[in-house]
Amino acid sequence: MTLYLILILPFVGALGAALLRANARNVEAWLAGLVALSCAAILATFYPDMVAGRVVKVAVDWLPQYGLTFGLRLDGFAWMFAMMVTVIGALVVVYARYYMSPADPVPRFFSFLLAFMGSMLGVVLSGNLIQLVMFWELTSFTSFVLIAYWYHRTDARAGARMALTVTAAGGMCLLASVLMMGHIAGSYDLDQVIAAADAIRASELYPWILSLALLGAFTKSAQFPFHFWLPRAMAAPTPVSAYLHSATMVKAGVFLLARLWPVLSGTDLWFAIVCSAGLASLLVGAYAATFQRDMKGVLAYSTISHLGLITLLLGMNSTLALVAAVFHMLNHATFKASLFMAAGIVDHETGTRDLKRLGGLYHAMPITATLALVAAAAMAGVPLLNGFLSKEMFFAETIFAGEELWLRITLPATATLAGMFSVAYSARFIRQVFFGTAPGELPRTPHEPTRWMLLPSAMLVLACLLVGMLPGRTVGPVLDLATRAILSDGRVPKYSLAVWHGLNLPLLMSAAAFVGGLAIHAWLTRLGHPEGVLAPLFRRFDGKRAFTIVQIRMIRAAGALVRLLSSSRLQTQLALIIVAVIAAAMVATLGELNFDASTALTQIDPAFALLWLVGAACAVGAALQAKFHRLAALIMVGCAGLVTSLTFAWFSAPDLALTQVSVEVVTTVLLLLGLRWMPKRMPLELQNRDSVRARARRIRDATLAVVAGIGMAVLAYVVLTKPAGPGIRDFIVRNTLPGGGGHNIVNVILVDFRGFDTFGEITVLGIVALTIYKLLRRFRPAPEVVTNSADKRDPARELPDPRDPVPKGAMLVPAIIGRLLLPMAGVVSIFFLLRGHNAPGGGFVGGLVMATGFIAQYLVNGTLWVESRLRIHPQYWIGGGLLCAAGAGCLAWFASLPFMSAIVWEPKLPLLGKLHLSSVLVFDLGVYLLVVGTTTLMLIALAHQSLRSHRRAGETEDMTSVRMVR
Amino acid sequence: MELIYSLAIGVFFACGVWLLLRPRTFQVILGLALLSYATNLFIFAMGRLTLDRPPLIDPNVVADASLYDDPIPQALVLTAIVIGFATTALFLVMLIASRGFTGTDHVDGVEKGE
Repeated sequence: MTLYLILILPFVGALGAALLRANARNVEAWLAGLVALSCAAILATFYPDMVAGRVVKVAVDWLPQYGLTFGLRLDGFAWMFAMMVTVIGALVVVYARYYMSPADPVPRFFSFLLAFMGSMLGVVLSGNLIQLVMFWELTSFTSFVLIAYWYHRTDARAGARMALTVTAAGGMCLLASVLMMGHIAGSYDLDQVIAAADAIRASELYPWILSLALLGAFTKSAQFPFHFWLPRAMAAPTPVSAYLHSATMVKAGVFLLARLWPVLSGTDLWFAIVCSAGLASLLVGAYAATFQRDMKGVLAYSTISHLGLITLLLGMNSTLALVAAVFHMLNHATFKASLFMAAGIVDHETGTRDLKRLGGLYHAMPITATLALVAAAAMAGVPLLNGFLSKEMFFAETIFAGEELWLRITLPATATLAGMFSVAYSARFIRQVFFGTAPGELPRTPHEPTRWMLLPSAMLVLACLLVGMLPGRTVGPVLDLATRAILSDGRVPKYSLAVWHGLNLPLLMSAAAFVGGLAIHAWLTRLGHPEGVLAPLFRRFDGKRAFTIVQIRMIRAAGALVRLLSSSRLQTQLALIIVAVIAAAMVATLGELNFDASTALTQIDPAFALLWLVGAACAVGAALQAKFHRLAALIMVGCAGLVTSLTFAWFSAPDLALTQVSVEVVTTVLLLLGLRWMPKRMPLELQNRDSVRARARRIRDATLAVVAGIGMAVLAYVVLTKPAGPGIRDFIVRNTLPGGGGHNIVNVILVDFRGFDTFGEITVLGIVALTIYKLLRRFRPAPEVVTNSADKRDPARELPDPRDPVPKGAMLVPAIIGRLLLPMAGVVSIFFLLRGHNAPGGGFVGGLVMATGFIAQYLVNGTLWVESRLRIHPQYWIGGGLLCAAGAGCLAWFASLPFMSAIVWEPKLPLLGKLHLSSVLVFDLGVYLLVVGTTTLMLIALAHQSLRSHRRAGETEDMTSVRMVR
Repeated sequence: MELIYSLAIGVFFACGVWLLLRPRTFQVILGLALLSYATNLFIFAMGRLTLDRPPLIDPNVVADASLYDDPIPQALVLTAIVIGFATTALFLVMLIASRGFTGTDHVDGVEKGE
């Protein structure tokens, strides 16, 4: 269980850190530091288990149906790595406390740093491969947000984007590889995958598995040719560079290679790919580092080079090389993190990291200089420091790695050459910054930083020294644990960690590297150090440029594809949709249409034929007139709606007919209100009507319309002439009375069988009404509609005065009648609501009738007059309706029934006799209230727009909003 | 009757599609109205055409599905009518707002050639 704590603590800490105040640097640092140290302490308690060679495993089911568990697995190698992550993490936190300026928002920094620590521990401790990939991608993400910490800087954003693109793409490759491995092994569990190593290597998928896994590892560890993101990631704050981009995250790639070493290594393909990538990175990184101008740039390329060294060692298919690789992972983390910290200190105290401007800092900051000097010496591989030991092991391995003669010569030769450059850039780094004299004034006067800022660096340097001088007693046991854990079957080779191995070839190579490196340094200094971000000879191979070109091309290609397949024009989109629908319907039905009637057809009624003659005429008329005669078209569409409604009534659907009629009324009023806001059709547009393009488009649209219409007609006819399938109507009809307690089947379906559906529907109605209200409040009418004052001069069209008892003028008689209509409408609507369960009617119809009554008041009396006497508060109706419907649903809970079940209560009252009361009536009442509220809210909101045209904008805003909200 | 009914759906649908493809928002809104009539009629037709058999249960007769018109398409269409009303209203307001913001009633918010 304690193992989970290691993973949980950082994430909980991240959450806590995010919630602190922006300037709480001390609290943040204490929190983060304590989290890191607690994780380290918990890890330490597992040390006896590790010594005993036990693997600690815990697991909970994650997705059991896919055989996935969320498991943690702690073995020696994971222990070593986790220890490295937490301890260096703690040191970086201390350092960051003093590095970050008070102006920086630290909660974000420490929160992401802790989240990164958690993700990295997740990668290290994962017991199954899918989980590992998940945490792997999390480290990519946290690295992204940390690089972009100063997101106001362009380079930070660009660097973060590039790092994320490269590493996350690599993570995708890794996922594919892991899926294939799991497929072959039959499980994603790490132990089982390792057990199935032979099967995986023998599989014909092996080349794919290997290359995809390597893509993941190489992108993460910034190996050539994917190394270009790392130098750009240096835009991150220096603690991040020290932690993520040298000590831990970039090590995830080589960690994975070591973890999968028993599974994937041992083949020629492994040797060929891993060694060449490692060798190339080793050489390119070391060479490029020699020519950097930025201190962090030198360290970034040097990191690439050292990771290349580790990769090369892992690629050699030798267990001894594996030991050296693991050893160098530790060593590199210590000296490189310490060097980054030194670079950060120099930057912090002088205001620049430019090697050309710096110089002579030894006198101003002797402690920093000494620490950096020792760390750089370890990087260069000076004896008595840890870098020397692993480098010696590396040199020794290069001699024996290859079998062919050319390999046995080129490998050691290249290694020595890379060693020379390594010495050269280390020497330059130290000499330029701390010795000689500065060429000019520095932005700030340098002085030694506070002791606490030096402490983390000092501890790391101390580690370099201790390991370098007493390797057997310090790092020996840990290294032993780690290698034993990787090579589970006891293949651990004999190796010696002694400082002095006698006068042998590796020592000679080291000596050659030193002499050569110093010579290169002297020579380049005399040349005045040719500089630039890219080293000479390598200007043409700019990874960043290639990346940018590929990126731009992909974006362009995507844009072209969108332009090819899509359009921003609505007409084109709709035409494409209709064409696609027609095509789909044709493919599905062609050749399978059968026009023979297999069921008795209904007798043709001339009245029905006449009805539809009118209907069709109205539809066609509306289609032709909609552009220039909107009112006529609107009337014809309303007529078509009435024909539809009559058709429903004709074919035994009274409920539909009622609903359609009342909706028709409301819709027509709505559209009439909208007509006012349409612009005048200009005769100018007539001129374009006869152009070839316009004509072609009209022909195209007409063809589409006719084809679609014929298709629908054919489809409808074919269906209508066949008997209906069984469906569920039998069940519904049989259960309506006994189960639903109503006679009107349609209503019972709506409020009982499908009550939840109806509840969702009325919610949508309410949302639409509120959306309309909000949209119209923000709306400003088109200017010419507002300034159009033609109707203002007409006294008959003056707004009714709210103080008059009845509106004066032409509307006097309708106003009286309309006022009498309101109570009638109320009675009719309640009648429809109450009888809905047993006869045609229901909440929808009732609500619409009531709303129509309200609207009639507005129409005949004018908005101001009505609102001075009647406040409708539609939003209360909406809210009340929803509460009512939901409450009716909840009532079922009191009877221990599921939500929305109907509850029936049949009391016998003295005078009225037996009553049938059901909770669905309450539900239907909710529907009723909501429909009234929705419809009135929409129509009133639209009606208020008319006021705006008569009054000044600001004034009306107040009027309407007060009336509507109160 | 089935033939007339099918032709009716076809005519409404064709007129709806034609209006849907027009450039002015008001044409499109009328087109949508016609399309929804056609679609509702089509869905309703899935229960086949029956005369004088409304789905109102007569308690004196044993409940049998063949005595009534299929109530399920009716319930679905009833929902569709109400939702159709809501979307028409929303679209109308969008139309008015778009006209206010862009000064044109073209569906793309810009006049052609601008």
